Amino acid sequence: MERPASSELSQRAPRALALSRTPRAGNYRLSEIVGVVTAVLVCVVALPLLNAVGRPLPGAEAAGAWYWISDVQLNLLGRYLSYALLALGLDLIWGYTGILSLCHALFFCIGGYCMGMYLSLQTGAEGVYESSLPDFMVWNRVTELPLFWQPFHSFWFTIAAIVIVPSLFAFLFGFLTFRSRVRGVYFAVLTQALAYSMWLLFNRNSMNLGGTNGLTNFKKITPTLFGHAMTFRLAEPEVQRGLYIVTGLCLVAAYLLCRWITRTRLGRVLTAIRDNENRVRFSGYNPANFKLFVFVVSAALAGVAGALYVPQTGIITPGKMSVAASIDMVIWVAVGGRGTLVGAVLGALIVNAGYSYFTTHFAAYWPYFLGLLFVAVVMLIPGGLIGLPAQIRAGLTRPRRRDQIE
Amino acid sequence: MRSSRRLSVLTVLLCLATSAVRAQTAPPPNVLRQIDALATDDGAAQRAAVAALGESGDRNVVPTLEALREESLYVWAAPGGTRRIVIARTKTTVGGQERYLLQDAYGGARLHQPDGSEVSAATDDLQEVSVDRRVRAVVQAALERFKLLDSDPVVRRSAAKNLADKGDISALEALEQARAAERDPAAREGIDEAYNLLKLSAPAEPDKLAAIERLGALHSADAVPRLEELRKTASPQLQAVIVTTLERIRWWQKVNRLLYAVFSGLSLGSILMLMSLGLAITFGVMGVINMAHGELMMIGAYATFLTQNWFLAHVSTGAFGFYFLAAIPLSFVAAGAAGFLLERGVIRFLYGRPLETLLATWGVSLILIQAARFWFGDLTAVVAPSWLSGGIEVITGVQLPYNRLFIIAFTMVCVAGVYLLLLRSSAGLRIRAVMQNRPMSAAMGIATNRVDAWTFALGSGLAGMAGCALTLIGNVEPDLGQNYIVDAFIVVVTGGVGKLAGTVTAALGIGWLNTFLELVTDSAVMGKVLILAFVILFLQRRPSGLFPPTGRAVEY
Repeated sequence: MERPASSELSQRAPRALALSRTPRAGNYRLSEIVGVVTAVLVCVVALPLLNAVGRPLPGAEAAGAWYWISDVQLNLLGRYLSYALLALGLDLIWGYTGILSLCHALFFCIGGYCMGMYLSLQTGAEGVYESSLPDFMVWNRVTELPLFWQPFHSFWFTIAAIVIVPSLFAFLFGFLTFRSRVRGVYFAVLTQALAYSMWLLFNRNSMNLGGTNGLTNFKKITPTLFGHAMTFRLAEPEVQRGLYIVTGLCLVAAYLLCRWITRTRLGRVLTAIRDNENRVRFSGYNPANFKLFVFVVSAALAGVAGALYVPQTGIITPGKMSVAASIDMVIWVAVGGRGTLVGAVLGALIVNAGYSYFTTHFAAYWPYFLGLLFVAVVMLIPGGLIGLPAQIRAGLTRPRRRDQIE
Repeated sequence: MRSSRRLSVLTVLLCLATSAVRAQTAPPPNVLRQIDALATDDGAAQRAAVAALGESGDRNVVPTLEALREESLYVWAAPGGTRRIVIARTKTTVGGQERYLLQDAYGGARLHQPDGSEVSAATDDLQEVSVDRRVRAVVQAALERFKLLDSDPVVRRSAAKNLADKGDISALEALEQARAAERDPAAREGIDEAYNLLKLSAPAEPDKLAAIERLGALHSADAVPRLEELRKTASPQLQAVIVTTLERIRWWQKVNRLLYAVFSGLSLGSILMLMSLGLAITFGVMGVINMAHGELMMIGAYATFLTQNWFLAHVSTGAFGFYFLAAIPLSFVAAGAAGFLLERGVIRFLYGRPLETLLATWGVSLILIQAARFWFGDLTAVVAPSWLSGGIEVITGVQLPYNRLFIIAFTMVCVAGVYLLLLRSSAGLRIRAVMQNRPMSAAMGIATNRVDAWTFALGSGLAGMAGCALTLIGNVEPDLGQNYIVDAFIVVVTGGVGKLAGTVTAALGIGWLNTFLELVTDSAVMGKVLILAFVILFLQRRPSGLFPPTGRAVEY
């Protein structure tokens, strides 16, 4: 089959689609602005402030003030925020474009490994073996730093790699799959296989990425900013607080980016692809390019999320990129409400908080709960928590109708 | 519990029987003299005595030599003042004193008093016959020689191999006799190989030459390092022969490896096929992506496990081997019932929304895995029935295990069954009708709901049988299905949806490709990664798989 994607057609077509009135990128409703600003103030300003102020005096036995957010709590919340960042990207591709990707944990981990490699090199002689090589290389009798590790001595290279490497990966895979019009469940199955085979690869010691144990024992970050060399020690609570704030700011930036993407014409084409890809194609667009774009963007967001996650957790292992991890990420978006950005963020926070709660109190029941969550969300609240009020309202006003596609 | 008691009774009876047989024959005096000669500190004398015992060919000295090896041979100062060589292994307590029960050094039977009670001795009355390392080596060699006379051809063969590995030239004669007496062709080949390997160390050049040529004809793998060694010191004429022989053996090994790869590719392919058959029906025919497919396999595997345990508890040992035949239909029914419930409870509401089905069934699979972990714990294994252990040795060194052969045959039966069911039965006609055009089938009076449920149950039941077959080659674990599910999906996608022929071809193709990539890259992981790359590239050319669905549907 031919692909009807001449540039002429794709320039003329948007107007036809733009007829339906959807909120534009620039139009912020007051409630939305208030909500987002409040969330930012609470998460990025108030909580770290409470963490800094309420701290118990050094040497004091007593816990901090009643309003104190402990370092552990703040750190946990920081990890959830990085998950939320990933959920935004996942929502972009699944909620808005209707493509189910089951390899986002892989992109998350690629970003995480980039950061982990930088941090491992920073540890240097402070490691267990006091060698300039990371500890696991000493175990594995690697005597020389592999070539692909070399550039990760540089902080700014690492920052660039965190975005570029997952994007490149997504581009290659997406290019091959979208071009051949692999879609729907086929795409899901292929991404699942990709995640699986990469997981197998990363588990190998010969990859020189720490094998099953992954990368750990991180000590410090030493960026050079405008010629000033700085040292941040990860063990210090101030540095962890700073990482938390950076994660929060990145999340806000990602939210704004995703909001912009979904509210422009581009976003409407994405939604159109979700609702009926063939019509989009017949209207003169090449869906493959749009899908590729959104796949790459969401991979980049996942990479950034992984990179923010690693210094706050202190370890990255291949276990984080298993097939199960990828599918679990999808449920965050589903719980919050796919197709809404706030829903994705909310879902990631709620499900992960639930995970932390369950695994500390009754660990054996978490898989049951998660399993039920999958079934219940898909069957009972397809719109997620965000869609719940509307669903209830609809259920109250008129008798429920089962939508069957037959 | 009951069966284990029965088993122990059996073992005791067996022991009694053998000891009775051993005690029957009267000991020849020269053998007894050699046994007595063992009781000395002189290592050379001990070695001579052991060698003589070995050459006597009297199998009643096997317990003596074994006892000597493990240092439970003693000189016993008997009450009458006589000294006698005995075996003392078993401890007992008589009147609060620790004593040893005594066995005859010749034949190893328990010694009895005239009144029938067992003879025991205090530790003080026993003096150990100690042996040094060199004596022990001779003992070992002598024991191997006795194994050449064993009733089991496999034991005879491995004994010959051990003798050859030791490089003990004196065993040549025994090997020659054994070779002449051997009736089992595989064992004779093994003994012949061992004989010629030893002959390589013969001083005479023509002997060596003959041995080398014979080893070449036998394609002996063990000969390779020996020949390499010999090449360094041999005369130029011999060297030339060695080089050609080595080439011949290596070529044969390459052919063997290739043949075995063909077989293991077929085996892997049939396992993939068995797993994907059910998936091809639920995914291909019904458009349902069932992430719990692996867990349905797990249910089948646990059904097999439970059947085995039931047989262990309630069925006599003779019929135990048949548990597997009973387990096949049971696992089909168990997994089919689970699939039926899954369809009625969850999937029914999600037709036409494959991605949602994927998530919901993933949730179900999480619950099932955790439930299995809760009920059964982590490690449970099924003991393959005895008629499936072992294998056929088609050529020397290439053994085709029965369990793999069974899986291949079982898969063929399943494929044929599904083919007949789908394409040659009225139920299959209805299934295909619903798959091709649901509203039209409904209009023609087919109860599409019921067809959905039964089709799904069929697919699930096939998964259950796959799980049952998998118990033959692996452990039964809660996450058993997770290891295979990705491969099974890849097979279905590559084969093309809704086509049985596609699934069969893709499973075999991927199975073979995987085995050969493993062979080439020497790593299972790289094989898997390359397979994925290959499948993605393949889908570039044929986006709908090997056998694309034909029809007018735009969306699938």
